[in-house]
Amino acid sequence: MKKLINTPDDVLRDALQGVEAAHGDRLRVSYDPSYVVRADAPVQGKVGLVSGGGSGHEPMHGGFVGPGMLDAACPGEVFTSPTPDQMQAATQAVDGGAGVLHIVKNYTGDVMNFDMAADLTRADGVEVEAVVTNDDVAVQDSLYTAGRRGVGITVVLEKIAGGAAEGRRSLQDVAALARRVNANGRSMGMALTPCITPASGNPSFELAEDEVEIGIGIHGEPGRFREKIGPASQIAERLMTPVIEDLPFSSGDRVLAFVNGMGGTPLIELYVMYNEVAKIASAHGLTIERNLIGNYITSLEMAGCSITLLKLDDEMVRYWDAPVNTPGLRWGA
Amino acid sequence: MSLPVNGDTVSDWMTRFAASMAEHREELVQLDTAIGDGDHGTNMDRGMRKALEKLGAAEQADAGAVLKTVAMALISSVGGAAGPLYGTLLLQMGTALEGKDDVDLETYTAAWRKGVEGVQARGKAEPRDKTMVDALLPALQALEQASDLESGLQDAASAAERGMLDTIPLIARKGRASYLGERSKDHQDPGATSTYYLCQTAAETLAS
Repeated sequence: MKKLINTPDDVLRDALQGVEAAHGDRLRVSYDPSYVVRADAPVQGKVGLVSGGGSGHEPMHGGFVGPGMLDAACPGEVFTSPTPDQMQAATQAVDGGAGVLHIVKNYTGDVMNFDMAADLTRADGVEVEAVVTNDDVAVQDSLYTAGRRGVGITVVLEKIAGGAAEGRRSLQDVAALARRVNANGRSMGMALTPCITPASGNPSFELAEDEVEIGIGIHGEPGRFREKIGPASQIAERLMTPVIEDLPFSSGDRVLAFVNGMGGTPLIELYVMYNEVAKIASAHGLTIERNLIGNYITSLEMAGCSITLLKLDDEMVRYWDAPVNTPGLRWGA
Repeated sequence: MSLPVNGDTVSDWMTRFAASMAEHREELVQLDTAIGDGDHGTNMDRGMRKALEKLGAAEQADAGAVLKTVAMALISSVGGAAGPLYGTLLLQMGTALEGKDDVDLETYTAAWRKGVEGVQARGKAEPRDKTMVDALLPALQALEQASDLESGLQDAASAAERGMLDTIPLIARKGRASYLGERSKDHQDPGATSTYYLCQTAAETLAS
């Protein structure tokens, strides 16, 4: 294992101190329990948005804290859910009297810990709603598994819900919009290489030099199948077809297309992929009205990408376009 | 002759469980790497070290208070699914034993039953889903059939061990391993394994 770390045990703390050093003018960092929060929190009369999850997916979620997106993010250890005390403290820190929305990715640990946190926070008298994202179409048999995983749509949802909350929409409105984004979004990812968590020091799975894993999860969970690597056009087809068929997206739909890098993929390759995605979308009669291309929900140094499509409506477009000012996403501000 | 179940012996149990998690950290990491995300050993070791710190700082306490202190430490330091699940198990047990000392087999078994019910309510796992429940339920059943505490604890540890080994051929239906489908077969569940160590250290401590 070769990594830019001091010791495996201190990775999270050292990174949080780096976030504070870099963005201390607009973010505050709490260390015990650990969370990242907008410097001006709580914003009175605004619904607070709290997300969180295991670390190793940066910039998600801490990089999306700021005006127009999240109010706070709770980082767990690498690939490990954060704990209820973090979520409870973060929820209290962002409660501006209009209630708090928890944005939770559908992983067993995240869901259980956020459940416990919601129980604790409601007992404190804060109104809390939770939205669980589960957009990963690679998980086919949801009945006999923990269900579909929350992946790329989480980033898009955090932006759109953040815009709505900034626009002083009610907790019920923001939660309903967030659920609609999740319900209309689908994703699938693939890996060229595995990733190595600092604590384990070993690759999360083995992949031959000429093999790719189609349907990979963001913690290296296995996907639908492995195959010999083909051209980008073939890989895009492998991801786009299940995504399009699942919703299903149909001719005439307006979509947001998000081509996400897993952390170890150069941007030039993501643009090669976006070109293929745009061609496939066009062939299906889909109009890409908005797009996002880059490393936003990553899996440490894994090479690969994921594709997310969201079927847009006017309200989603309006809040997607609204100003955002975070370390990871910034426009109009 | 078994030792009484009280604050001292339960503290001793938790100390041994912490040592067991440190000793088996790599084994649990390897089991979890095969079908999960590879952090179970690291997380349990970190959580139990934290729990011992809290226990060391606490006043003399009864069995229930000891278990609740450990539970809160695990809930706030383990993360993943193991934090809420082990936290709920020990919190429910601790609540059932609150204010009680030198508890008998019946009271102790009732506390275990509360704990196991809490785990099932939190994790929604059924038997044969390839989770810690597959070690916990047989252990509880062994206690329910026991005639005295000492043999009950030893039977519970043996039953947990069999339950752990019986997870090997199962297909996971809960947690991250469930994404593997058929590929989760022929692997021993890491959660059932740490649960076996919990039962084993209970037998070592309280039935010695």
